[in-house]
Formats: sequence, structure tokens, C-alpha cells
Amino acid sequence: MSGIIASRQRTAGRRQSDVAAEAPWVRAVLIGTAASFLGVAVLLPLSIVFASAFSKGIGPFWEALSQPETQSAIWLTLLTASIAVPLNAVFGVAAAWLVSRYDFWGKSALVTLIDLPFSVSPVISGLIFVLLFGAQGFWGQWLSDHDIKVIFAVPGIVIATTFVTFPLVAREVLAVMQAQSSDEEEAALTMGASGLQILTRITLPKVRWGLIYGVILCNARAMGEFGAVSVVSGHIRGQTNTLPLHVEILYNEYNFVGAFAVAALLASLALVTLLVKKSVELNAALKQRRLARRAERDRSSLAPASLRRGAALSAAAPHISS
Amino acid sequence: MTVEANNLVKTFGAGADVAAVGGVSFSAPEGKVTALLGPSGSGKSTLLRMIAGLEEPDSGTIGIAGKDVTRVPVKQREVGFVFQSYALFRHMTVRDNIAFGMEIRKAPKSKIDARVAELLALIQLEGYENRFPAQLSGGQRQRIALARALATEPKVLLLDEPFGALDAQVRVELREWLVEFHEKTRVTTLLVTHDQEEALELSQHVVLLNSGLVAQAGAPHELYDHPASPFVASFLGGANVLRSRAQDGREVSTFVRPHDVRLAKPSTNSSDLELGTVDRLARIGGNIKLTVTLPNGEPMSVQLTKVELDKLGITLGDRVAVDVTSSKVFVDDYAI
Repeated sequence: MSGIIASRQRTAGRRQSDVAAEAPWVRAVLIGTAASFLGVAVLLPLSIVFASAFSKGIGPFWEALSQPETQSAIWLTLLTASIAVPLNAVFGVAAAWLVSRYDFWGKSALVTLIDLPFSVSPVISGLIFVLLFGAQGFWGQWLSDHDIKVIFAVPGIVIATTFVTFPLVAREVLAVMQAQSSDEEEAALTMGASGLQILTRITLPKVRWGLIYGVILCNARAMGEFGAVSVVSGHIRGQTNTLPLHVEILYNEYNFVGAFAVAALLASLALVTLLVKKSVELNAALKQRRLARRAERDRSSLAPASLRRGAALSAAAPHISS
Repeated sequence: MTVEANNLVKTFGAGADVAAVGGVSFSAPEGKVTALLGPSGSGKSTLLRMIAGLEEPDSGTIGIAGKDVTRVPVKQREVGFVFQSYALFRHMTVRDNIAFGMEIRKAPKSKIDARVAELLALIQLEGYENRFPAQLSGGQRQRIALARALATEPKVLLLDEPFGALDAQVRVELREWLVEFHEKTRVTTLLVTHDQEEALELSQHVVLLNSGLVAQAGAPHELYDHPASPFVASFLGGANVLRSRAQDGREVSTFVRPHDVRLAKPSTNSSDLELGTVDRLARIGGNIKLTVTLPNGEPMSVQLTKVELDKLGITLGDRVAVDVTSSKVFVDDYAI
């Protein structure tokens, strides 16, 4: 969504550049600063990750990735994301719907709560769950009585990841919902639609780009989360190690090729996510432009005929003129 | 299907002492267009939304076709609602927009297609089935919204400022079109508007609202010719207000319509009291709007036709004799 707006601003900027632009040297300095900062802070580290991963050639790289422990970390990461992301999508849409459409006591408190996982350090988030579900924790006794393992097990990792990534979908969808009026929903209501029908047929299609964008961001964060997961996981190899945790372990064992190989895989997942996000934005922008162009064309071919005085009333209805 | 409102009250926000609608009763006759007219903040939109079921009244009752629907949910009221913003479903084609209500009611596809075609013919937009709302002009969207509201054959059609978002020319054209359209469909229609011209042209019955109360209700010409209060007189048609005091000290307001003023070249025997000066003269097509400053310094708006002006031969700065052919006098807000 923000990408669409940004691209619109860019075209607007280009149009007025002749009159309103900064002097060429100012522009050169600004662009230069931004580009070199990005290069040093983002591109350089990223390329070092890939360079180190392949420093001993493709053989050791594949070998590192095909280790059973690495395989297990890959699966655990995918499993965690595939549980946390759908959960957050459902909760996010529900929360955004509630906040944007209804007024109730304590609404601002709820909005603040949605943001809480972002404002709390991930390590603290992890700790919260240890205190709740751990052996000495709040529900610890009950859980151990029933032989349920949460902390140092997969459920804990999923819960911690879900918590940390919760605001991503809710925030994106909420922003889109708040920007739109509820006229369309009310119109559907007067036409006899039920709440569920309005949600699935009107609201979700309306916010779909925000939702897709939120899901993509949520997925990226879910796969890359380290802090909270690190606290609850227990780092049991082959069992409770996600990809980010596995990178740390390999690195601490001086297995640099292995660590960087896994890091490169993780970075690739992030890059793919960004590519998907970019193409989603591009798709939305293209669709908008296509619609606008078609509307322009239609209007110019129909405009004078459509509602000229009398013409609209005459039997010869205004048709698409050639 | 008449619509009856009985003593409707609606207050927004807890503890607000000003009611948006403060006890409104009216009746909208079957098969006619009834205009809910009033300045912004007069409660007319709230009233319409209560009739649709989109707002719940604090007290009072609403009847549609003789049935009390005050507690009936929106989806069972069988009303068609056209929003000021049209509220077309932007991700659906024109066809899907119009078909929505029928699909919700699980009508067979063949029936839906036939009804969509019939409605598109009625609004003269055949061939637009596969367009998206973004590809339509404001006037076209307006008509689609109208067709969509009528698709399920509602008992009542509710229009909330239907021309508010259109530019002046399209608005006038659509107005004429809507008169014609209503003659074909004969649906009981409630129209909310702040535009008195719109109300006078479109409706057979006007309910004029002011700060949440009915100021006057009746046929358009009735309100225009026999305003019950200074508010009605000044809101409908616009009028010059001449203020004076009666002998007993009560305030007297005399309302004079701009077209009820006659101007003449001053004759030799006219006294200074009847003479004014033409201070402003604007030609708006065939209509001429003048401002004549009276001897007491008060401005008076006068409306003439071009023919009348040419016959009189008046120009800016001329002294003219002013005569009033018709006026309405109110003492302390009571008509006499």
C-alpha cells in the first residue's frame, strides 16, 4: 500500500521537477548520502553473507544445508510461520474490523495493546511466556500434571512468534479500513446482507491489498524472529531450533561456512518475501493505472452523449459510441 | 406504501443536550416523492437513516405500509437506500453491483440477469454491465446506485442527498431525469436535500426541518406561498426581511420575495420615501438580479426578467420607485 502511494508521489515529483526541484548539487549530495549509507549498512553485509556462504565453493554450502539438523530447523521455521501467519491474519482482520467500525469503552486501550508486542523487547516477550508456561511458571504445575510441554518445545516457539508478529497484519488492515468509509457495508446491509456476507463479499475484497501486504510482512518477521524464540526454545538441536537460532549455534561452533550457508538461506527467504511484496504492489499499481486509463478512454468516447439534456430521456439510449 | 414517522427522537453521544432529531412526525404519501428539506444540521439525514434502520431512534415509532418497523432490522425493512457517496462496491462490476441484493436473496441467475437488463434499460446504461465503478462518471454512478437500490423491489426508496456530489450542470439534468424516472417506477420516495430548488422541483410533498424539528410540511407551493414562520419564508425561495416595531413594541418582520418587487422610473409626484438607488445589477442569463438601496439604507434584492429590465431601461446608479406586490408579515414569529 505504502508503495503505491510512494510511486504516485514519485510521478508527481517528476512532473514538477523543473520548477520545484532542488539545485542539482543538492540532489547529488542527498542521493549520494542515501546510496552510500544503504550500500554500507545493507548491501555490503548482505553480500558478505552470500560471499562467506560460498567461500569454499558450492559443495560445502550444500553439505551444510543438507545436515539433518539444518533440515529440521528449516521445517520448524516453515511450520512456525505457517501457524503464526494464518492466526495473525484472522486475529488482525477481526481486531481491525472491531476498532475501525465500532465505538466502545476502552477502544484506545485496545489499540495500544495491539501495538504492545512491538514496543516490548522480544526477549522480554519470550520471558513472559517462560513465566507463564515454564516449569516454575503460572500454569507450569497444571501443564506438567497433564504432560503438556510448551516451553522448550514447538508450542512455545509458535506462541512466542505469534505474539511478536501480531501487530503486523492488524496494523496494515486497520490503516486501510480507517481510510475507507463504511458506506459500502451499510449499502450491503440495506440490501439484506448478513454480517458474514458483508465481511466476505464487501470488506475483505476492499482491504485485500492491505491484508496481503500485512501477511507478507508478518511472514518475513515470523521466519526471522530470534529474540523471543531464543528464550522459549531451549536450543535443542534437531528439535526446537529454528533457522535464526541454528545460525547462532553454528557460528558459535566456528562453523562459519555452515552458519553463513544457513544465513544465506534465511536471507534468500527474506529476499523472496520482498520480491513477492514488490510484485503485489506493482500489480495493484498496474491495475489502478489500467482502470484509470480505461475510465479516461471511456469518458472521452461517451462523455457528450451520456447525459445531454433530452438525450438521456429520449428512447435512443446513450450507447457506447464508436 | 406510506411512510409514517411518529415523534422520532435521536440524540447522539451520551449526555448531549441537543437532539439531532427532537420529536419529528410526518407522513410520506404513497407513490409520491417526499422531500426532507433543511439546512445542514437540521437532522434530515439522521431521520432518513432511522427510517432505513441504519440508526435506532431513542423514542418514537416508524411505520412502513401500515406496519410498525421501529424494531425491525435493516435487512428486513425492504428499503432501497442511495448514499450521497453512492457507495457502489468498487471491486464489483456494474452487473454484480445491481445483482448483489438479489444474489443475497438467492434469486435464480436467469431472473437476476433479466432484472439487471431491465434496470439498465430503465437508467439508460445498457451495455455497461462489465464496467467497474471507477470507469463511470459521477452521473452514471448515481444512476447505477439508483438501479441497485431498486433491484430487490423495495417498498420505499430513500435518497440521501443524491445529487450532492455532482457538478451543477449534471445535477440539473439528473433532476429532470429523476422526475421522469419516478413517473415510470412510482416508488414511494424519500429524498433528503438541503437544496430548496431540488425539493421544489422533485417532490410532491415537502417536510421542512429546522434544528431537529419540523418547521412546516405540505405541498411545495403551499410552503412557498404560505410560510408558517420567518424561517420557512427565508429558507424557501429567499426573501428580503424588513424589520420594524409595532406600536406595542413587538417586533414585526415583513418578508418580500425578490420577484414580488416592482420597479418603475420615478414619476414627478413620487415621494422620496418610495425611491431607491440601483447599487448592483447582475445579468444571469434571462434573469436580472438587482440590489436597490432603500431610503433607510437597507438593501433590497430584486429579481426581474431581461424583458422587464429592457422595458424599464434602468441602469446602475439610477433612482427607481419601489413597489411591493406581495409580502408576508410576521409579528414575534407568528404569521398575520
